[in-house]
Amino acid sequence: MENQMDYIKIEKSARRHQKIRNIVTYIFLTLWAAIVLFPFYWMVLTSVKSYGSYNAEHVPRLFTLAPTLENYKEAFTAVPLGRYLANTVLFTIATTALMLVVITLAAFAFARLEFRGKNIVFTLFLSLMMIPTELVVITNFTTITSLDMRNTFAGLILPSVTSVFYIYLLKENFEQVPDELYRAAKVDGTSDLKYLCRVLMPICKPTLVTIAILKIIECWNSYVWPRLITDDPSHYLVSNGIQEIRENGFGRENIPAMMAAVVVISVPLIVLFLIFRKKIMAGVSRGGTKG
Amino acid sequence: MEKRNFKAWLYLLPAIVFLGVFMVYPLIDVFIYSFEEGYNFASQTYFGTGTYNYSYVLRDPYFLQAIKNTFILVIVTVPLSTGLALLISVALSSVKPLRNLYQTVYFLPYVTNTLAVGLVFMILFKKTPYTDGLINLVLNWFGGSSVDFIDGPYWAKMFVLCVYTIWVVMPFKILILTSALASVDQTYYNAARVDGTSKFRIFTRITLPMISPMLFYLIITGFIGAFKAYSDAVALFGTNLNAAEMNTIVGYIYDMLYGDSGGYPSYASAAAVILFVIVLTITCINLLVSKKHVHY
Amino acid sequence: MKIVLQNLTKKFPSRNRKSREDVIAVGDFTFEIPDGMLVGLLGPSGCGKSTTLNLICGLIKPTSGKIFFGDNDVTELPPENRGVGMVFQNYALYPHLTVKQNILFPLQNLKGKDKLSKSEMENRTLEAAHLVQIDELMERKPSELSGGQQQRVAIARALVKMPHVLLLDEPLSNLDARLRLQTREEIRKIQRKTKITTVFVTHDQEEAMSISDIIVVMKDGIVQQIGKPQEVYDSPVNLFVAKFLGTPPINVFHGRVKDNTLYLGDSPVLAAEGVADQEVTVGIRPEGFVLQEKGPLCCKLVQVEVMGRDISIVSTHEAFDGTAVRSIVDAENSLHAAGEYVHFALKPKKVLIFNKETEERIYL
Repeated sequence: MENQMDYIKIEKSARRHQKIRNIVTYIFLTLWAAIVLFPFYWMVLTSVKSYGSYNAEHVPRLFTLAPTLENYKEAFTAVPLGRYLANTVLFTIATTALMLVVITLAAFAFARLEFRGKNIVFTLFLSLMMIPTELVVITNFTTITSLDMRNTFAGLILPSVTSVFYIYLLKENFEQVPDELYRAAKVDGTSDLKYLCRVLMPICKPTLVTIAILKIIECWNSYVWPRLITDDPSHYLVSNGIQEIRENGFGRENIPAMMAAVVVISVPLIVLFLIFRKKIMAGVSRGGTKG
Repeated sequence: MEKRNFKAWLYLLPAIVFLGVFMVYPLIDVFIYSFEEGYNFASQTYFGTGTYNYSYVLRDPYFLQAIKNTFILVIVTVPLSTGLALLISVALSSVKPLRNLYQTVYFLPYVTNTLAVGLVFMILFKKTPYTDGLINLVLNWFGGSSVDFIDGPYWAKMFVLCVYTIWVVMPFKILILTSALASVDQTYYNAARVDGTSKFRIFTRITLPMISPMLFYLIITGFIGAFKAYSDAVALFGTNLNAAEMNTIVGYIYDMLYGDSGGYPSYASAAAVILFVIVLTITCINLLVSKKHVHY
Repeated sequence: MKIVLQNLTKKFPSRNRKSREDVIAVGDFTFEIPDGMLVGLLGPSGCGKSTTLNLICGLIKPTSGKIFFGDNDVTELPPENRGVGMVFQNYALYPHLTVKQNILFPLQNLKGKDKLSKSEMENRTLEAAHLVQIDELMERKPSELSGGQQQRVAIARALVKMPHVLLLDEPLSNLDARLRLQTREEIRKIQRKTKITTVFVTHDQEEAMSISDIIVVMKDGIVQQIGKPQEVYDSPVNLFVAKFLGTPPINVFHGRVKDNTLYLGDSPVLAAEGVADQEVTVGIRPEGFVLQEKGPLCCKLVQVEVMGRDISIVSTHEAFDGTAVRSIVDAENSLHAAGEYVHFALKPKKVLIFNKETEERIYL
């Protein structure tokens, strides 16, 4: 009987511990969520405060009762924010589309075609993955400059239309498609290119979409290369635009307008993320790194 | 056979051309640049070869400052962010309700523009004549006095840079670690529970060894990433990082190349090669250490 | 230590969002396992046998009902306090630890008055390793072992803390056929030697029959029959148990009882005293057929498979529920198995009659 009492005690304390542990865990998780979300909240909040009321707050207020969209108007009129956005959209779409063509062709050659020196070339490709961009950016800068392509979209786009990593990813995916499909297509007299477009790409569409989304994120956020290659605001992308706004825009004190611009720049990617959440997270955990 | 060979190369052609022009050629070229002394950007001429570029860079106080900043950044943020990410991931894996929501929220910084959100951090930390900023307000609550984190003392600026860097790198680490934790076979935990293993011991003896490959992967990529820090600093302190004493090695390279201080690709190349050597060395050390401690 | 399960029930919330009804994994399971017995839980996959094992182990809590170890109610006790050893289906050996460290692991968890000295731990580890004969493998990693060796390590790890109860979840399913035979003998031997009350789960009826003292046949969470293997085989309570036990499986016919006689098709095959006239389902074990020139059951011969000691006769019959009647007879009688038709007499003990609707056994 005494034994039984012991058992009850053990069981009770185990339950209590579990409860406390759960509460602590949730508090901790919520705290970090707050830290992550707070900057977003603050940027939206500040962007809807009027210029006057923001500057009158010696002690920043955590909410506002008189939201205004004035700053958004200011952001699109006082600085060429629309232009930056249009540039970035153009740059992003062109780069992503070109890259998809280049890597699909290369991945297909590696995955399906037989040719002499395939293994050597593939190994060389892989070894290029280790090269940090910082090392090659200097020469690229001089190359583009000497080709007189500064402040052109070609200069912005061309250096980033290949990615060895994505070729590798796509090749792996292509190889998972059974050989029989290729042979069947050959028997039916399908050309390689037709097989690639009609069979392989539709089957591997999920991977292609993931790669495209990851590339879009990368393009939208790219800063260093555009900064090097453009000094004419008419070719600025959003990152450079933000930096320009910060240093010369609205006047350094108009922070609400600055935040409105920040919101406008951030929203497209956040929307993209919320739509493709699972794809993006799965894609990134398969080998993306930031930058 | 000849025709098939030819066709395959045709498919590869675009990739090879782009990689050749923008990866392979520059890679060779950067080493050549770094040994060409007195390179003139306008006339594309130089008057000698040697190691002068390296000795110049290594003596440049701006470069030394950049090295110092970068190393502090690496040493502070890599362990802190990895440890914190591990803690969060373990907590996240131990709960069920709301897990997806938390995961989504935690990933948000990954898809935001570093420059843009950096501005928000600047505002939060900045002290201006009008306002001390929100962070200082919190500091005052706890009895501290206001500090200008953006234009103030060195340690304060470094603090903000570290905080922001950690905030930016966390999503990736949390994502990798939570998926690593989720891939540990549940029966190991069941087996351990049946054997009466304490939670702490389960964590150190089972969970950690099981996810150690991923952990080391994160540490290695974390080191590499932190050594290449640049845009976070620009976001917080503006483009003139040298004046703010907040330059990083990568920042130094770009400053040498471009802008008011630019026009010296040889110095930039030398600095880039030095950075490459540092990163390579650290990565090799990491790999050696991980060989000893990773159990697969 | 004896184990008592009292009205044990486990329900899981339904995964199908439309139906609010819970899925019953284990329903109202009452059973007393005497001390020192080897019990096999047997059933097709999804029948609740693994859930039962996890309930005994404590990894999941029952919805209702009680579990006693000896006289102690352990229903709410966490697994670590129950003193059970468990061998998992995939063995769950820690891949980063050596064999020795794996076996040592449970001992290092002991705290307080149970804490062992270094040398005691060492001795217990060696003892357990010796019991399952893996003494030479102690410094290897699990990935360097064969499936059978891993299995033994897992058993050693479960035994090293001297549990009151040993639980094995599909212990043989990851081994190849030959190793399975050998390993099940060894499990039997080890259990005899240690006299630990042991419960194991399997979907392989042959495995369960060959080594268990008692088998429990389950279906859809409900216990169908509990008993000694031979009893259950000879006298199944319903059609499911009859079909589940035995290889080749029992032959099922549509039959009819009329005037105390069992008919298959039009031929009267057996006396069925005391059974009311009705349609029935008839199960005949393969060994229940005897070749007889004037036998009452006439089947169309398909083929004869010679298996050495026995021969297997494949034939068809109009009343058969399925494609081919399979019977096993002595090889000496093979001469009779020629021509277009074969005639069988039936061994009354091997003919089981079931109610057509309820599939419950009708005893003669």
